[in-house]
Amino acid sequence: MAKNTEVLFGLYNDEEVMMRAVKVAKEQHLEIMDVYTPFPVHGLDPILGLEESRLHIAGFVYGMIGTLTAFLGMTWIFTKDWPIVFGGKPYWSVPAFIPITFELTVLFASIGMVVSFYVVCGMGPGVTNAYLDDGITDDKFCIAFNKAEVEVSKVESFLSSTGAAIIKSKTI
Amino acid sequence: MSAIVSPIREPLITGHKSYHDITEDLVGPTEKAPTPAWVIGFVISVALLGFGVFCILWTIWHGIGTWDLNRTIGWGWDITNFVWWIGIGHAGTLISAILLLFRQKWRTGVNRAAEAMTIFAVMCAGLFPLIHMGRLWMAMFIFPYPNTRGPLWPNFNSPLLWDVFAISTYFTVSLLFWYTGLVPDFASVRDRAKGLRKKIYNFLSFGWTGSAKHWQRWEALSLVLAGIATPLVLSVHTIVSFDFATSVIPGWHTTIFPPYFVAGAVFSGFAMVLTLMIITRKLLKLEDYITLEHVESMNKIILVTGTIVGVAYLTELFIAWYSGYVYEQFAFFNRAAGPYWWSYFGMMFCNVISPQFFWSKKLRRNIAFTFFLSIVINIGMWFERFVIIATTLARDYLPSSWSYYSPTWVEMGIFAGTFGLFFVLYLIFTRVAPVVAIAEVKSILKSSGDQYIGPNKIDHHHDDHSHHAAPVVSAVHSHGIADHKEGNMMGTNVAPEMTEATSITSAAESFIGDADDLKKIEGIGPKIESLLNDAGIHTWNKLSKTEPSFIKEVLTAAGNRFKMHDPTSWPQQAKLADEGKWDELNDLQDRLDGGRV
Repeated sequence: MAKNTEVLFGLYNDEEVMMRAVKVAKEQHLEIMDVYTPFPVHGLDPILGLEESRLHIAGFVYGMIGTLTAFLGMTWIFTKDWPIVFGGKPYWSVPAFIPITFELTVLFASIGMVVSFYVVCGMGPGVTNAYLDDGITDDKFCIAFNKAEVEVSKVESFLSSTGAAIIKSKTI
Repeated sequence: MSAIVSPIREPLITGHKSYHDITEDLVGPTEKAPTPAWVIGFVISVALLGFGVFCILWTIWHGIGTWDLNRTIGWGWDITNFVWWIGIGHAGTLISAILLLFRQKWRTGVNRAAEAMTIFAVMCAGLFPLIHMGRLWMAMFIFPYPNTRGPLWPNFNSPLLWDVFAISTYFTVSLLFWYTGLVPDFASVRDRAKGLRKKIYNFLSFGWTGSAKHWQRWEALSLVLAGIATPLVLSVHTIVSFDFATSVIPGWHTTIFPPYFVAGAVFSGFAMVLTLMIITRKLLKLEDYITLEHVESMNKIILVTGTIVGVAYLTELFIAWYSGYVYEQFAFFNRAAGPYWWSYFGMMFCNVISPQFFWSKKLRRNIAFTFFLSIVINIGMWFERFVIIATTLARDYLPSSWSYYSPTWVEMGIFAGTFGLFFVLYLIFTRVAPVVAIAEVKSILKSSGDQYIGPNKIDHHHDDHSHHAAPVVSAVHSHGIADHKEGNMMGTNVAPEMTEATSITSAAESFIGDADDLKKIEGIGPKIESLLNDAGIHTWNKLSKTEPSFIKEVLTAAGNRFKMHDPTSWPQQAKLADEGKWDELNDLQDRLDGGRV
């Protein structure tokens, strides 16, 4: 989202009303910029046409990196770098490597996914993102339109006819 | 979201809360000045922590000899406390991860505080192995890093090193999971704050906006983290039990240790969650969010895990006898009849007998009794670890080195200090963060709020949003049937003349879901239909896949009037209706007598 976007938005008091409105907007081919809610509203993603998040695929890849790091690392250390006999067991004692391999898989997957999450969402410590209204983290459900991309009068009549409690405009 | 909940479920949010009330109630405690009770608690905790720090410094200065550990007993209170604290930490992840995967809604009331408890408990636990090393400044030697000593690596085959990886991973993942859940709630605090407070919470909330895509990713992240935290939490105490189980000490090298330790950890963890939550809900007035239903659910888990622990104790005894191995037999005989008999019977009473009281529903829902029992269990689980460690070590293979161990003031001081650390952190947490997950509680309001389900339900048909909805819906659907169906979904009775229309267009898409006319099934009338709708059964297809016993439960719960109905044939009838085999259905219904087989 570019800076200094003029946003026209409606605040709804109930997520069911808001979801119906999103559906109407889709039928009227109004370009919704984004929808903001105080909690994850189930069933909204397909109506909005959001694709499924690929975060879990990234998580799998990070996990695999962890698995390989741990397993190959221990293998290299105990067979090449500094082989030591422990209790008469083979240098390459695979079953004993399982716990650490598992832990590092989990560690890499979680750190990787959490960092990816914040990066792709444009969030992080010290980041300030402009937000439309204080009510969005409280009890308001917001449908926002980019003024440059829509017909303002049409959107306003859409918002008021679909039950938006407040209609506002803000530059973010 | 339409609320589809079984009528048997009790509400999890009471007091007819609106979304705004939830924000108000849960952010409120962080905005007010601390209460006197909080201040007193904080001062006591800081004092305990201070004494603990003093005892740790005393240990480091004078050496580990100050603990009275001896040649035979190398592990005393330190490792006992370590295992105990780690165990307590398990409940947080169990609640937030495993119960998330099982879709247990009551999790939302307690997960935030339980996760915080996990993190603080793991911090307390991690302290003990570190100071037990003696030379704390060499602690980094336990991590494999390319060092100037060779490089010399740690022994990756040792369970003690597995512990290092397990616990540090567990701590990191719990922290990430917890903080990611906190971010939207910090944004709620931010949007109500002013001045410096707003700046601080702006920093803490990482720039959260509440965008639909962000929520989608947030949920995906929570789900996958829960999925990998579940085996993680099981692995952590499994590996802790390996510290004992891979040794060659009788009484320790038993294969039952991993599951038994995990069950014990969950058992003690839930006891600690209850201890904390009962105080927290009282002091922060959160009775509407942490209800008796939450307490009862946790007590059920305590009963199950406590019973598993009991079975494990008895299995150990049986296997010791059955093995025919004299050293093993002696180890267990010595536990019950040796010098530490008192700790063994303390353990048996607190862990095996006391949770059995929770078979009684009255006691499960009694706050004072639950609080008392949660403390008994906490003590019992501490005894368990003490029994495993001290009694076993006091009598080893050589009678000449038999010994008795009792702690010194330094060890007791360090243990008290970890309580100080734990409560200092917990008390700060209750001041800076919402103790109950705001966004998650809001997301279950319509399915678990007491204005939507249960005895205090309000009829929502004439609610504001239905009025708003009317013009919108008719814009989407040219006919008025969708309106009617929606009314139906919200649990109101259906006017008879409308239902004819519904059955004709039953296959039509309505956007909450397509409800079928269940009254086509012989034996179902308008009243039972609405009961089934309340239980989440709206379609023939759903009904055909429902067990008659569940339907019977729904009917029984609705009162005596419905008890006599026999739903045995309903799924079969619904199946025919769903497949459009109307002739076959008619034949079947001719054979049935009022819906009965």
